[in-house]
Amino acid sequence: MSAESTGSASSAYIKHHLTNLTYGQHPNGTWGFAHSTAEAGDMGFWALNVDSLGWSIALGILFCWVFRSVAVKATTGVPTGMQNFVEMIVDFIDVTVKDSFHKVNPLIAPLAMTIFVWVFLMNTMDLIPVDLIPQLFQLVGVDNMKVVPSTDPNITMGMSLSIFVLILFYSIKEKGAGGFFNELSRNPFSHPAFIPFNLFLEILNLVTKPISLGLRLFGNMYAGEMIFILIALLPAYIQWTLSVPWAIFHILVITLQAFIFMVLTIVYLSMAHESH
Amino acid sequence: MNINATLLGQAISFAIFVWFCMKYVWPPLTAAMEERQKQMSDGLENAEKAQAELDLAKAEVEKQLKEAKQQSAVLIDQANKRANQIVDEAKVIAVKEGDRLKQAAQADIEQEVNSAKEVLRKQVSVLAVAGAEKILESSVDQNAHSEMLNNLAAEL
Repeated sequence: MSAESTGSASSAYIKHHLTNLTYGQHPNGTWGFAHSTAEAGDMGFWALNVDSLGWSIALGILFCWVFRSVAVKATTGVPTGMQNFVEMIVDFIDVTVKDSFHKVNPLIAPLAMTIFVWVFLMNTMDLIPVDLIPQLFQLVGVDNMKVVPSTDPNITMGMSLSIFVLILFYSIKEKGAGGFFNELSRNPFSHPAFIPFNLFLEILNLVTKPISLGLRLFGNMYAGEMIFILIALLPAYIQWTLSVPWAIFHILVITLQAFIFMVLTIVYLSMAHESH
Repeated sequence: MNINATLLGQAISFAIFVWFCMKYVWPPLTAAMEERQKQMSDGLENAEKAQAELDLAKAEVEKQLKEAKQQSAVLIDQANKRANQIVDEAKVIAVKEGDRLKQAAQADIEQEVNSAKEVLRKQVSVLAVAGAEKILESSVDQNAHSEMLNNLAAEL
């Protein structure tokens, strides 16, 4: 096998792994799955990454189901097994929220818990061997399958933009539209002449929040996934020397990224509630 | 890596999951945990109270024990005294009884002695008469000398 053909096989393998299973309308008017990233791009905005969204929803349902089943059976006696675990998470979230969010809002803590557990579960999909699930789906004729939802910017941006909506909603609700505008126009230079400049800076600051929030998670997970894919290109007998250390290190990354996403959400919403 | 409607789908499912968590997961869990915390603090408080009560009861027991000991000491003292008294009384009675018995015996003895003396006197008078008869080698009229003999006997 020549170097060139090995290279093209590798890049095909990588590309294949980075292609979502997209369902949408082809330019010729028929509906169906795209067979390449370019084809998916041609479908425009009204297409769905079935794999990302499917795994994401499945994991969300898993989270709701597990936590709900514990909540239903929750006893005030000595907690055991799963209840212990869930209560540990609830307690952890509660402490984190109380540390940085000082107003009363019954939405924040459940929101933070949903984000943390859900993002953690989505990130954890990264630890499943990169080829395992795509190969299984290939057996039943599904060509592309990206199993880690948080390596899809649609997923991370979908969440961060939802949080952006919440930031705007609570900013206006807590401070009023005028108060919110004041805040945007009076900082950092409190002089009428600087209002346009201030507005530019503050709106930029505001818009950067959701973008950085979504892209940070996406970037970290995408990079991690990419390294797993690159490791998978190595000969099978040597892969474990790299994939095991990277997977162990990745346990830290997936937890940390879920935590950062949650904490920043709390902080942003806390800032939306407090005028400064 | 195209931005498409997946973004909206994710936003919608995010909203649904958060709503579900806020409505059906978070409240029962935190309620259970708060309830347990309350139970625990109540339990600790109760334990503290019980401890205080126990201390009180212990002090009470000690006090009562002390009193009981004192009372028993008094009782034992009294009993001892009473016993000594009884023994003393018994001694006195015994001495009296002994004296009485001794006196009775003495009286008996005197009586015996007197009666023995009487018998002896009588026999001595008989002996004396017999002796005198022998000495005189003559018969002595019993009647004529009886008065003299009786006087002799009384002098003995």
